[in-house]
Amino acid sequence: MHGVSGSDMTGLAPSEPPADSKLLVAPVPAIQKGGHKLLELVEISKRFPGVRALDGIDFDLAHGEIHVLFGENGAGKSTLINVIAGTYPPDEGKVIFEGQELRHLSPHHARLIGISPVFQEFSLVPDLTVAQNLSLGREISRFGFLRVAQMRRRAENLLAELGFDLDPRKIIRDLSRAHQQMVEIAKALLSNVRLLILDEPTASLTERETLRLFALIERLRRDNVGIIYVSHRMREIKQLADRITVLRDGKLIGSRKAADVTESELLEMMTGRRIEVLFPTIGHKPGEKLLQTTGLSVGGVVDGVDFHAKAGEITGVAGLVGCGKSELIRAIYGLEPVTAGKVLIRGEPCERISPALSLNRGVCYFPADRVVEGLALERPIRENVSLVASRLPPLSSFGWIRRSVERRLTRQLIERLQLRPPSPERTVAHLSGGNRQKVMLARGLTRDFKVFLFDEPTIGIDVGAKIEVYNFMKALVEAGAAIVLVSSELPEVLHLSNRVYVMHRGRTVAELADKDITEQNVLAHFFQETREEAAG
Amino acid sequence: MSVMSVNREALMARISTRLSVVGLIPFLLILIVIGMMLVEPRFYSLPNLFNILRNTSFLAIIACGQMLVMIVGGMDLSVGATAALASVVAAKVMAGSAASYGLDPGLAIAVGVVASLGATAAVGFLNGLCSVLLRVPSLIVTLGTLSIVSGITLMMTSGIPVYGLPQGFIVDFGRASWWGIPAPAYVAVAVLAVVWLLQRTTLLGTYIYAIGGNPMAAMVSGVSATFYVVFTFVLCAVLAGVTGLLLTAQMGSGQTNLGGDRLMLLSIAAAVIGGTSLRGGIGRAEIVGLSALFLSTLTNALNLLRINSKKELVVLGVVVVAAVAIDSLGRGKAAVE
Repeated sequence: MHGVSGSDMTGLAPSEPPADSKLLVAPVPAIQKGGHKLLELVEISKRFPGVRALDGIDFDLAHGEIHVLFGENGAGKSTLINVIAGTYPPDEGKVIFEGQELRHLSPHHARLIGISPVFQEFSLVPDLTVAQNLSLGREISRFGFLRVAQMRRRAENLLAELGFDLDPRKIIRDLSRAHQQMVEIAKALLSNVRLLILDEPTASLTERETLRLFALIERLRRDNVGIIYVSHRMREIKQLADRITVLRDGKLIGSRKAADVTESELLEMMTGRRIEVLFPTIGHKPGEKLLQTTGLSVGGVVDGVDFHAKAGEITGVAGLVGCGKSELIRAIYGLEPVTAGKVLIRGEPCERISPALSLNRGVCYFPADRVVEGLALERPIRENVSLVASRLPPLSSFGWIRRSVERRLTRQLIERLQLRPPSPERTVAHLSGGNRQKVMLARGLTRDFKVFLFDEPTIGIDVGAKIEVYNFMKALVEAGAAIVLVSSELPEVLHLSNRVYVMHRGRTVAELADKDITEQNVLAHFFQETREEAAG
Repeated sequence: MSVMSVNREALMARISTRLSVVGLIPFLLILIVIGMMLVEPRFYSLPNLFNILRNTSFLAIIACGQMLVMIVGGMDLSVGATAALASVVAAKVMAGSAASYGLDPGLAIAVGVVASLGATAAVGFLNGLCSVLLRVPSLIVTLGTLSIVSGITLMMTSGIPVYGLPQGFIVDFGRASWWGIPAPAYVAVAVLAVVWLLQRTTLLGTYIYAIGGNPMAAMVSGVSATFYVVFTFVLCAVLAGVTGLLLTAQMGSGQTNLGGDRLMLLSIAAAVIGGTSLRGGIGRAEIVGLSALFLSTLTNALNLLRINSKKELVVLGVVVVAAVAIDSLGRGKAAVE
C-alpha cells in the first residue's frame, strides 16, 4: 500500500473510501441499515497452551454502534479484540465482516478493510516524531523520495480535526503518556476506519482530554463507524455504551442493552458474585498529625504545598494528570528532590530524605507503576515481600537471612491478603495485576509503618481486587495508621477520604472535609482554576 | 483469581523452565560422556579426568564472578585481562620479594597473593564505580578496563613470562594433588560453596538479586544500589584474580596472555549456559558450576577428537549464541499470554 494519495484524510469520512485503496473484500455501501451487521462473530474459540482463552463467543456490532466489552482482567477481552484485529487467528468459529467471512485475517489486512485497533501497549516508535509515526507504513512518496512537508501537513490536519493539542514535530519519547495515547488514537483514525477498537483509551487521559475523545467518538458514531470499547470505568460505560457484553473466564456471560442494566448487575455478571458495596464504610478517627509539609516545593512541579495527614484517617489528594499530586508524595518519601520547604514526621522535621530513611521513620510508599518501581518480576513472591524488611531482625541478623522466619512471614501475609496462587516461591511475573498489587501491599505489613502513601493504588486491577485494596486501607486506618491516597479515580478519593486536598498546577487549591467532599465541589475546583487561566 | 488462570500460570511457569538451557546440561553432559566412551578410550584415563577437573575448577571460579555481575544486570569483559594482571603481579611480587628482600618463601607467597588480589580488587572497584556513578554501561566500562589492564600488564613485563616463583607455590599447590585430587578443585569447591551461601543465606545475596531484578524497585525499597553493585564488580574481579593465581601456580610463571579473550568468553558462556539471565535478577552458583563442568568436558572432548583450537573457538561461539537463543525463545514463549 505505498503511494496512497496525499489527500488521504478520509479517516473521519469513512463513507467515502479513497479511490485507490485496495480493499480485500468487495467494497459495500457503508450504510446498510437493516442489511448486514458490521461485524459478527460466531462461536469463536481460542486456546492457548493449557487454557481456553475464548470459549464459543458470539458477538455482533452494528454500524454506528458503541459496544462495550466488560470483564475482569484475564476474562478474554484482550484475546477477543486481538482476534478481531487479526493478531490471533481463532481456533474455531467465524468472523463475518460486512456480510463476508474473513479467513486468515492478519493485522495488516484488518487495517486495510477498516478495522483499526488502539491497544493499551502503544505501537509508536519512540525516537520518531509525531508526524513520522502517523505516516509510518503509509508514507507519501514520489519516485522513492519522501514528501515530508505533505506528510506533516496531513498529520497537522488530522490533529487539528481531532482537536488534539499536539505538535507534530515533537519526538514521541518526550511526550506524556496521555499525549502518546492521543497519537495512537490519531494513528488509528488516519486510515479509512469502519470499525474502531479502543482498549481502555482513557486510562491515562485527563478529564478534558477524555471529554474531547468522547466528542470524537460521538462523531465517529454519527459517521456510522462501529466501535468496540473496552473499559472498567462505569461512568464512561454509562455515558457511551449502546450495548454491553460481559465476559468471564473466556465465556460469554451475556449481552445487555445499556439502558436496561444497572451498575450492580454488571458487577455481578463480571465477578459472578453479588457486590453490595464497592467502597467500604471507613470509621475515621483523626488523631495526631503524623505527616506534615510546610511550603514543600519540587522543581516546577510542586509549588509551596502545606499539607498534613493525621493518624486514623485517609487524606485524599485529587487533581488532573500532571498537577503534581504524585510528585508531592514521592517527594515526601524521597523519590523527588525537595527544592524548598519541609517535611515533618510526627512533628520532627526531616533533615535528609531518602527511601531508606523514610522507611526507618515509618513511612511506606506504594508506587503507581508496580512493574517499573515496585516489583522484581523474575524474583519470587517471598523476596519481593520481604525486601523492605529483610535488613532488620527478625528477618536477618548480622547480614544472614533467616529463611524460615522469612518464609513463615510470607505465608502469613499471603494468607491474610488472599494472594493467589498461595505459593511464596512463585515468581511475580506470573501473577495477575491484582495479585501483584497484593505483593506490594504485603510489603507494607512487614514492618511497623505508621504512614502509608498510596499512589494510584487501583490502576490496572479489576473490581474484585479493588475492593480488597479498599478493605486493606480500611483495616490500616482503623488500626490507627495515617493514609495518603493519591488517585485519578475520582470516586475512589471521594468515597474513601475523610479530608480531600485538590491540587492544580502544583498548588493545593482547596481542602475539603465531611459533607463538602462531593464530585461537584472537587470538579468545580479543577475547572474554576481552568477558567481563571482562560480569563487571565 | 479463578482456578483456571492459576492452572495456566503454573503451566506457563513449567513450560518456561522446561525450555531453558539449564535442563539440557545434564542430558548433554551424559551424551558427551557416552559418546566419548565409544570412540575415545583416553577420555577415561585418570590424567585426563584430572585435566577436566582442573579446567572445570578454573572456569567455575571465574564464571561465578561473571554470574554475580550478570545478576546485577551487567557484564564483565575484563575478567580475562584481570586474571592475567593477577598472574603477573603475583609472579613479580613473589619472585621480587624472595630474591631482593630474602623473604621466607611462605611469606613471599602470602605477600604476592595479597598484592595480586588487591590489584584485581582495584580493577573491580573501578569497573563498578564507573558503571554506577558515571552511568556508563558495564559492557563499555569493562571493554575499556580490558584494554587498560592488558596495557598495564604488558608494560610491567614487556610480554615476557615472569619466572622465579617460589617452588612451593608451584609444586605444593599449583600442580599438587591433595588426597588424590588436584588442589584447584578444593579452591573451586570452596568458592562455589561461599557464593552459594552468599546467594541463599545472606542479605548481600538477596539484595544482589533484588537490584538485578528491578533496580528502581530496590531503590524505592530503600536498597542503595551503588554499594552492592560496586561490591559485586569487586567480587567478580577478585574471583578472576583467584583463577589467575591458580593458573599461574600450575604453569609456574606469570603470564600476560594467561587465557585472555578465551577465558572471558568461557566465563560468559558458563554463566549463560548455567541459566544466568542476561537481563539480570537470575542465576545460581551451583548451576554455573555444573555448566563449567559441561563446557570443560566439551572442550576436552573436542581436543581428544583432534579438533584443533581454532575450530574449538568456532564451536564455543556457536554454543554461546545457541544457549542464549534457547533461553530467550523459552522466555518469549512464556511471555505470550
